[in-house]
Amino acid sequence: MGSLGVLERLLMDILWSSERPLTANELRDALLDPAATGAKPLATTTVLTVLSRLEQKGFVSRDREIRPHGYSAVSSRAQHTAELMHEVLGTTSDRTATLARFIGNVSPQEAQTLRALLEGVDSAAE
Amino acid sequence: MVLAVLLAWPVPILLAGAGWPSTAPGLALALWQSIALAGGVSMIGSLLVFGLIPFGTTPVAALAGLAGHVIAGTLPVGATLPGVMALCLALILGAHLLLNLGMTFLRAERQRRRHHTLIGLLSDPLPFDSEGTRVIDHAAPIAYCLPGGTRSATVLSRGLLRLLDADQLRGVVAHERAHLRQQHHLVLLAFKSWHSALPWFPIANRAENAVALLVEMMADDQARLEVDDRTLARAIALVGTAHLAEVSGTQSPRAVAGALDETSSADLVGPRVSRLMGDTPALGTVGRGAVLAATAGLLVLPPVLLLTS
Repeated sequence: MGSLGVLERLLMDILWSSERPLTANELRDALLDPAATGAKPLATTTVLTVLSRLEQKGFVSRDREIRPHGYSAVSSRAQHTAELMHEVLGTTSDRTATLARFIGNVSPQEAQTLRALLEGVDSAAE
Repeated sequence: MVLAVLLAWPVPILLAGAGWPSTAPGLALALWQSIALAGGVSMIGSLLVFGLIPFGTTPVAALAGLAGHVIAGTLPVGATLPGVMALCLALILGAHLLLNLGMTFLRAERQRRRHHTLIGLLSDPLPFDSEGTRVIDHAAPIAYCLPGGTRSATVLSRGLLRLLDADQLRGVVAHERAHLRQQHHLVLLAFKSWHSALPWFPIANRAENAVALLVEMMADDQARLEVDDRTLARAIALVGTAHLAEVSGTQSPRAVAGALDETSSADLVGPRVSRLMGDTPALGTVGRGAVLAATAGLLVLPPVLLLTS
């Protein structure tokens, strides 16, 4: 992940924990907070660039009604995690072979067989 | 033609039922790939040869003759309706298979990119790890790998870190890295595309499942170099049974039923564990040689038959 990726992530973390939309300047100041990054100061234009990237990807929405524009997260962190996990667990309708999971879904019969095998492993280990 | 029929039906069934592939998954995978390729080439090829008969005596002359007639917009003497239909069918089938392959790869690539972005935003790198292992905060024990060139990542969930001990985790991570290193997703995608291009073709389904199991076994074999067989078997069984509890505990019965439906057709876990537990004898030199010869033969035979017919 490049430095832009790191910034995207920091901005999202701030937006996810914010109660209200934030402006680019507010976000820049939040990034300056040593607790958040402890890193060098950023130009507001950099923040705007990253914000428009995030907007394009559908993570951030921009309120153009107010000046300066207010930015907020489209979905919560938990919603995004759920989306991700649905994809991984194969509970979405649109399944692809993009992921290779360690273990796929297991039926009850299989689970029983596995438990029996596990006991076999344990007794053999003793 | 006979070869096309053989490769389309009895040969894959025999291979899917055979016991030896689990002792040499790499060889079996190569054989499946050559069967799929040779099957496609001989099917399309035999249609072409049949359709080209009126256009010339040798395949090359016939192709040149065909081009001439297409440009002139005429039909040669002796052109029959079945012959022309065979030519069209060969064209359609070939285009269909190639287009489907392209679409499957494109769609997968798009989803993968989105997934990479989400993972970047939602997961943390595993401390003291240089190889792109990331941890996501989720209760279900999950491990998977996300191919993507230099951005390839192995993703583990908090639930998995809680469930498994250090040795078992090492096995899981080695397994996932093997998938990434050996580019298993490309093979899986190719067979998936074959299946989705020919959904009415029962063998394609069988091939996809067999190949999915074989790549898991190949990754298991890499993990066995890191940890001993019992540790790996335990890890597989633990994750397998814990996952079921997770699914039935948190989701509606319908979602569970859906998830189970899907696996009844592809049992990927049991064979892996019993393989690690039992002492499967390695395939002998003669056996390995025979499989290699069959693989090579299948790649060479269809073009030779087509060019000499």
